[in-house]
Amino acid sequence: MQEAPFDLGLEANGFAARQAGMGAVVTFTGIVRDLDGSLDRMHIEHYPGMTEKALRGIAEEAHRRWDLGGSLIIHRHGNLSPDDMIMMVATAARHRKDAFDAAMFLMDYLKSRAPFWKKEMVSGDASWVAARGEDEDALKAWETPET
Amino acid sequence: MDIFYFAWVRERIGLPRETVQTDAATVRDLIVELRAREARYDMAFADTTALRVAVDQELADFDAPLAGVREVAFFPPMTGG
Repeated sequence: MQEAPFDLGLEANGFAARQAGMGAVVTFTGIVRDLDGSLDRMHIEHYPGMTEKALRGIAEEAHRRWDLGGSLIIHRHGNLSPDDMIMMVATAARHRKDAFDAAMFLMDYLKSRAPFWKKEMVSGDASWVAARGEDEDALKAWETPET
Repeated sequence: MDIFYFAWVRERIGLPRETVQTDAATVRDLIVELRAREARYDMAFADTTALRVAVDQELADFDAPLAGVREVAFFPPMTGG
């Protein structure tokens, strides 16, 4: 959890360098979208204390389900501008499928199970971003644990 | 017990946290108590399908018991990532 920007290259390289014996590193980065040029800025609110617990819980679940060497979640809060990086996840595994699947799982869970709320300032008007049904649906796909 | 409000729930109620004395047995009972206080609470809790709750920083159901609980939070569905 941090308010400050992060350096994707530095974080990804640092993460990869700590993964001895892993053949695959996957990273995902979320960026503030401005679909039609009207977004002034975005504000991300979170629940200090619960956020850290929720992220740790989600990462632990990923490590239970897949054969991972390591994982990393960085998520920003506070004020962001269009094209700013909001968050990143990285996973390392011996094989790429575990790394890809675990990264997807981390993303799906932290979208709707970690206590973050996005507010968009569009053309001077502020509104809370609504949760999307498809994000909730994405979680259902993970409910049957991998065998 | 400390109650936290986030996002539009915080804006509607007009404060981020407060401490309340309550004998409510469950989250649902606590909501009934809060709604009876003032119109802004009544409005914020009018549609519980639009709300999520955390009890001691864990996501919970509205039926969750409150015995021994220190912290309850109300907020809309989360939009991280």
